[in-house]
Amino acid sequence: MQCGRPLLLRQQFAPDAFDQVILGCVNVIADEMNPARVAALRLGMGEAMTAFTVQINCGSGMQSIDTAYRYIREGAMDLVLAGGAESLSHAPLVFNHSAVEWYARMFGARNIWARLVALLGVRPSFFKPVIGLERGLTDPITDLNMGQTAELVAHLFHISRRQADEYAAESQRRLATAQKEGWLAGEVEPLFAHDGTVFDHDDGVRPDSTADSLAKLKPAFERPWGKVTAGNSSQITDGASWVVLASEGAVKKHRLQPKAVILDSEWSALDPSIMGLGPVLCSTEILKRQKYALADIELWELNEAFAAQVLGCLAAWEDDEFCKKTLGLSGAAGTIPRDRLNVDGGAIGIGHPVGASGNRIVLHLINAMHRLGLKRGIATECIGGGQGGAMLIEAV
Amino acid sequence: MKETHTPALDVLGQRNLELGPFLDGGQSACPWIHWKLRADEDGIVWLLLDKKGTSTNTLSEDVLTELDEALAKIEQDRPRGLVIRSAKQSGFIAGADINEFRGLTDPTKIEALIARGHAVLDRLDRLPLPTVAVIHGFCLGGGLEVALACDHRVAIDDASFGFPEVMLGLHPGLGGTVRLTRLVNPVQAMTLMLTGKTQRARAAKSLGIIDSVTQERHVRGAVKAAVEASLKSHRPGILVGLLNSAPARALLAPRMRRETERKAPQKFYPAPHALIDLWAEHGGSAAAMQKAEISSFAQLLVTETAQNLVRVFFLRNNLKSLASGTWAGTRIHVIGAGAMGGDIAAWCAWHGFTVSLADMKAEPIGGAIKRAGDLYAKIGRDNHRRIRDSLDRLIPDLRGEGVTSADLIIEAVPETLGLKQKVYAGIEPKMKANAILATNTSSIPLEQLREGLKRPERAIGMHFFNPVSRMELVEIVSHDKVADDVQSAAHAFLGKIDRLVAPVKSAPGFLVNRALTPYLLEAMVMLDQGMKKETIDKAAEDFGMPMGPIELADQVGLDICLHVAETLRASLKREMPAPPQWLKDKVAKGELGKKSGKGLYEWKDGHAVKFHDGGSPPPDTTDRLILPMLDVCVTCLREGVVADEEIVDGAMIFATGFAPFRGGPMHYARARGVDDVSQTLTRLSSVYGARFQPDPGWIEMK
Repeated sequence: MQCGRPLLLRQQFAPDAFDQVILGCVNVIADEMNPARVAALRLGMGEAMTAFTVQINCGSGMQSIDTAYRYIREGAMDLVLAGGAESLSHAPLVFNHSAVEWYARMFGARNIWARLVALLGVRPSFFKPVIGLERGLTDPITDLNMGQTAELVAHLFHISRRQADEYAAESQRRLATAQKEGWLAGEVEPLFAHDGTVFDHDDGVRPDSTADSLAKLKPAFERPWGKVTAGNSSQITDGASWVVLASEGAVKKHRLQPKAVILDSEWSALDPSIMGLGPVLCSTEILKRQKYALADIELWELNEAFAAQVLGCLAAWEDDEFCKKTLGLSGAAGTIPRDRLNVDGGAIGIGHPVGASGNRIVLHLINAMHRLGLKRGIATECIGGGQGGAMLIEAV
Repeated sequence: MKETHTPALDVLGQRNLELGPFLDGGQSACPWIHWKLRADEDGIVWLLLDKKGTSTNTLSEDVLTELDEALAKIEQDRPRGLVIRSAKQSGFIAGADINEFRGLTDPTKIEALIARGHAVLDRLDRLPLPTVAVIHGFCLGGGLEVALACDHRVAIDDASFGFPEVMLGLHPGLGGTVRLTRLVNPVQAMTLMLTGKTQRARAAKSLGIIDSVTQERHVRGAVKAAVEASLKSHRPGILVGLLNSAPARALLAPRMRRETERKAPQKFYPAPHALIDLWAEHGGSAAAMQKAEISSFAQLLVTETAQNLVRVFFLRNNLKSLASGTWAGTRIHVIGAGAMGGDIAAWCAWHGFTVSLADMKAEPIGGAIKRAGDLYAKIGRDNHRRIRDSLDRLIPDLRGEGVTSADLIIEAVPETLGLKQKVYAGIEPKMKANAILATNTSSIPLEQLREGLKRPERAIGMHFFNPVSRMELVEIVSHDKVADDVQSAAHAFLGKIDRLVAPVKSAPGFLVNRALTPYLLEAMVMLDQGMKKETIDKAAEDFGMPMGPIELADQVGLDICLHVAETLRASLKREMPAPPQWLKDKVAKGELGKKSGKGLYEWKDGHAVKFHDGGSPPPDTTDRLILPMLDVCVTCLREGVVADEEIVDGAMIFATGFAPFRGGPMHYARARGVDDVSQTLTRLSSVYGARFQPDPGWIEMK
């Protein structure tokens, strides 16, 4: 709501001019089933606005854009509002399965005796809640949580703790600079809480981070020798993002000024235990299809799920064997210069609201390209469960 | 964009009102004008009130006469049961037809008239078959009395109940005092009647006024249940009988009298006290109380207070009718998120508009959002969806992007000409072609504000009063260049946000502030002369003002009072006392009144700390305060700032709380005697100064 209102307010067309609303969201709560539709109605888009919610874990916010892009490309729609939203702070506490069965027996009891018998079956373990968030961030096929997959990627590509901490500190510094310089104005909207508090920037940023200060943190997922810590991982946060997608006809009709054009998109999959490498697969597919070299992409947004995971992707493109055997290239793809990658920081400082990030990085890529006078960029992210999504964007 | 026709629920919603056998075009079995009667397939007779020529049902004499005929027929036909409901979407019955109360002078004639009404409702009460009232929307005064005469009452969730007669200087007059105090806890019944407040359906059910709350789709089921005696109906418990007993009444009545005296002194407002007397003396016997109710009502109706309050009712209707018309706008942009702008935005969002609220800084917008949430929680009670939707529609707009899609722009930035003109210059190029630019200025003439506008005909003044949610009056300030559609749109918009309109022409202070200024300044002169603030205030309260000038000045804010006073002194030819230096010092020091905790009074917990009750103000004090207000009103009439006395009276009552039981400043002046007033002013001017010189307009008033 807070995100969509200012966006719709500044359009020349009325909110009911859209054909569709698509929202990525992973942690849908029972009070707001199909949050896309709830948002559409609350944003005043009219009772006739159809809306659906998509879920591909971390890729949800990008999937909404991709789906919209394909509907428009096929000619079925002209104007779509595509977004991502996540409220991880609202992830529920869940009763374990035995507790649920017990409760059902209590409720189904037809007389006082049956109820009494059911009551006697209660066990203290029933009341230990399962933290929904914990389960949500654990891959069910391999039983590894997301942090653990980053540890594995770091191991396979020899990423050190130090390198991860250095990357994280630099990321924080870049975000702090971007916030201070006002480079996020018009992209990040202030949030006005109902108690009157105004939040005008993401306050998870830690501009004073250094590799040394981060080195003091204990590993978060695999103790005592792990390399992935709370300081070099993305933050678990709430957030939302929306973009407007239009056909050429809609651009003419509403006299819109597009910021970018989507040229291509791709989704790839690999073993869930190394999900962090997802971006490498899908981005490379786009490069091959468009006949670009790595160096032809002027700006990259590669979601910072974990510093070690980002560095693992970069190392994968530099790895001759991996590029030949898994990516089908003739040799190592090359090195992405650090000044062309996540130039304003990323999820490490700003947070990774799971369903929103994919949408945010596409938007930020476009804004950063405009600021830096660049044309061709790729936004890509890894996806829990072993996938990756990428979009090739041209700034106009 | 989706291809759309008429939204589905708009088409189907018309069918929602359950009209029993009248659905699918069933016709009335009888040739009455206001009532329709028809039996359904279960043998239950439905009697619908659809008063001819109005969108609101009221109990006029002819409505009651036809009801009598209908009851006669029902007595004869003896159906299984009777349902009484309204066929109008607006609500059940809003009360008696107040038009019939005007200008009555003979209590005996009134008694005879009222007794006939009683006879009809008694006949309804006595019908030897189950009767059920189905109530949606407002059920007030005489409407509630009709419902109480039925055996059962079923309400739809949007229904509201109340006895507002006390607001007219009366109490219920068709048996309501008797029936309600015998149906529910009489203490709660008396409270309802003494305060005139309305209760929502759920609260009314808890009290016992209604038996069931349901939706239109279940009305037929509820009606059948009522007729077949399977509806769980409220029965007066043992407590009701106990509280109506003589010892209980002897104990409770004095307490009620004390509470009532505090809020409505008997010398000004006899009605609530008469009601307490009625119950205290006759609460033990329904028959005696009913007879006494009739004579008490008749005595009250001929009092000056009641006739004046009835006049106020019509003044209010007049101002309400000025807030009408059609306007298709849906989006509002408010510039300035301060006390006024923020609250205006919140009020508009509550009434269904999408409002963008702009300010140079984020913090005032944040504050406005919080105040909006607090306001909605108070007035929305448990209507969570409306509260949520209103907060959704109130959009913070730091970059002022809402200007381009706004149908109406309300400017509420600080009162400096340069600043306002700068704001207009910035937004005018971005406004929609038929958008309206309204200013909330309280003192800057429109002629100055519109300079520099390329299209001054789109500009108009809309002066709200503080606090926006409680002060119903808005002055619409027009100027000689304003476009007709802008003027009519302003009237229509204010109707949509449920305000009362006083159209005024652009002149310094318009009407209300211009009239209040001498009231406030004279109080300061009195302070300088050594009178105590409590005494000054008492003189005004003794006249019937809701608060005295010193308290009012603190309430409004000494900075605003000073600004208005200085502006008016500079731009009007009228003699006015100069704002004293100590006032300027206080403002400079930040002692602004209620909002800063200290001004002329100290303020604690929202109340002024008064050290004594004021004692006896010296003679002339009241006249010195009140008569200049009347004088300014006359000036405004003479100068054509306001069109007529009814608007003056209405505006002053609803914007300042001017003693309503006096009927307004002009009505009071005429009642007292125009000559008396102007002669008193002349005398005051020779004793206290030329500022009391009566306006030449008094001569034409005769």
